[in-house]
Amino acid sequence: MTTEPMQAPLESQPHDETALVNVRDLKKHFPILGGFFRRQVGAVRAVDGVTFDIRRGETLGLVGESGSGKTTIGRVMLQLDDATAGAVTFDDIELTATKGEKLRKVRPRMQMVFQDPHASLNPRMTVASIIGEPIKEHRAAKGPARKQRIEELLELVGLDPSHANRYPHEFSGGQRQRIGIARAIALNPEFIICDEPIAALDVSIQSQIVNLLLSLQSQLGLTYLFISHDLSMVRHIADRVAVLYLGKIMELANASDLYTDPKHPYTQALLSAVPVPDPKLEAERERVILEGDIPSPAHPPPGCPFNTRCPIAQERCVTEVPEWRELADDHWAACHFAE
Amino acid sequence: MGPGLTFPKGAAVAAVAFEIDGGVAYKACKQVSTMSQSQPVLQVTDLTTQFDTQDGMVHAVNGVSFNLWPGEFLGVVGESGSGKSVTMMSLLRLIPMPPGQIVAGEAQYEGVDLLQIDIDDLRDIRGGKIGFIFQDPMTSLNPVLTVGFQIEESLKIHQHLPSAMREARALELLELVGIPSPEQRLKSYPHELSGGMRQRVMIAVALACSPQILIADEPTTALDVTIQAQIIELIKDLREKLGTAVIWITHDLGVVAGVADRVVVMYGGQIVEEALVDDLYESPKHPYTVGLLGSIPRLDQKGEDLISIPGSPPSLFKPPEACTFAPRCPWAYERCHTENPALAPIEGTRKVACWWDVENDRPRYDH
Repeated sequence: MTTEPMQAPLESQPHDETALVNVRDLKKHFPILGGFFRRQVGAVRAVDGVTFDIRRGETLGLVGESGSGKTTIGRVMLQLDDATAGAVTFDDIELTATKGEKLRKVRPRMQMVFQDPHASLNPRMTVASIIGEPIKEHRAAKGPARKQRIEELLELVGLDPSHANRYPHEFSGGQRQRIGIARAIALNPEFIICDEPIAALDVSIQSQIVNLLLSLQSQLGLTYLFISHDLSMVRHIADRVAVLYLGKIMELANASDLYTDPKHPYTQALLSAVPVPDPKLEAERERVILEGDIPSPAHPPPGCPFNTRCPIAQERCVTEVPEWRELADDHWAACHFAE
Repeated sequence: MGPGLTFPKGAAVAAVAFEIDGGVAYKACKQVSTMSQSQPVLQVTDLTTQFDTQDGMVHAVNGVSFNLWPGEFLGVVGESGSGKSVTMMSLLRLIPMPPGQIVAGEAQYEGVDLLQIDIDDLRDIRGGKIGFIFQDPMTSLNPVLTVGFQIEESLKIHQHLPSAMREARALELLELVGIPSPEQRLKSYPHELSGGMRQRVMIAVALACSPQILIADEPTTALDVTIQAQIIELIKDLREKLGTAVIWITHDLGVVAGVADRVVVMYGGQIVEEALVDDLYESPKHPYTVGLLGSIPRLDQKGEDLISIPGSPPSLFKPPEACTFAPRCPWAYERCHTENPALAPIEGTRKVACWWDVENDRPRYDH
């Protein structure tokens, strides 16, 4: 098994001092237990060495198919799961080395909006108590001040403050996602991870939520990590985009560069697979149809993780892990043959 | 509504209203020629389906009428609760009855009404002449039966083939849908296959008896985008080879743009717009279609702000006495709140159910 070398050696990408979040060679392996004594017999390499920065005030899009590790990256970044290796730094605080009360102090500054608004809200709590819980937990406001803050938050996300005493089941999917967003911004965070916030919503509601996220970003000066499999929506919302495949970043660039001039064959195939709502364009478009499925992260192929499906793969791709290279200004990719 | 949620009147319409007569000619000609040659293979009239639930009567499908022409690829677009799946499942009486009941309507297929014929006769048609692909490939295959058995089953029931021929045909089908090493796969169980492979098996099952009509209910929604592209190519290919008419139910306007000849848009259990695919995307006539097309970002260009349709989908607990989209519609006027517009023909082959002419910004009908 080729486990080393890591995809992105630390020195290959300059450390951006001004960035709000730095992720360095982050790994998260989940053990596979087996045999009579439940010994570890292998590992699911959900995240296998990713390095990127998130700059203040920007939206970094993180795209990939199911099983590529996008959600795990988000969870490890917020220390909801422990990292196997690597470092996450938030505003010069190394989260991966911070524990207990110190970590608790940082937590209000970074929040998460979850994918499924039906599962991420406690059905037995009223909207006011859901949104008020982080305020209470971190002793940000008490009594009437808390009540007032809750009303303010509801108004900010476009809900009627008089509905504060209702329960989640009384709201539609889009409204529930607004409640989730209100909870995330309750403590005035700087950084929010949006983990597929619109995937469970209807098309006409998706744009409401995206517009809300964008307007909150400009009002409150938020920094987003926007995790999604919807490449069209990521283009709309993100400043820079990272493409993930089998726990590794294949390409990272400004959104406009990535979409108009994708360098990595996986990005090219991924983009060509997304249907465009324009029949004339669809009739003319050349498609790169990938063969086969995404390999299991428990048994990633040696060399480049994409070599089993890559249309331009050669021998070298199986034997050698591609270097993380800057191909154009601020346009990074991990491929031997990308130019 | 929340901050920044607007639905700019007119802007979207103006942006999409170019080239009405230029570009659509090709597909329109193709379509009209097939239409004039033959009878529709399926003719649905005034289908109405309701569900009697504890909370009250759910009006899931309200007077849906459409035709399907031989070899046509019909896209059915709508959000959850728009009635698109229930419509198609009602046609084959696949909805649970009770609580479901088909209150009214007709579905003419080869001279019989699918909604009236004897259930045994309908069973011959289901899976034989009309194939159905369900949304979730994970749950629609039987986990304790091999893939081969599940494909051969329909060949046995519908075509009474002897066992050796069934196996040969099953093998052929797996090859047709592009499953590698099909001999081994015949003996595999569904859990041994990936999602994309399972959906291919579902397609093989649906195509086993060379159906005249294939109804695909969100066949790619549960799949990754690269696998979705594989399945779409496969169905396009198969349709060319076999001449099957396809009804493709989806919420994804992008998918429909690439595959469909004609599109019906559903909202609140009714068809609100019907048009050839090029016409629909170039100049949507129903405010809902206008909003829907404006609310999806595009991969090929960095767009402006997304239009968002305010409000939420309608409650189906009331029968539609007024336009179901009126509460969310920026063009709605008095009539929309009192009378439900019927799906009526406008220019060419297009139909729309709306009192307002969004292009000319005036009422569509004078009285």
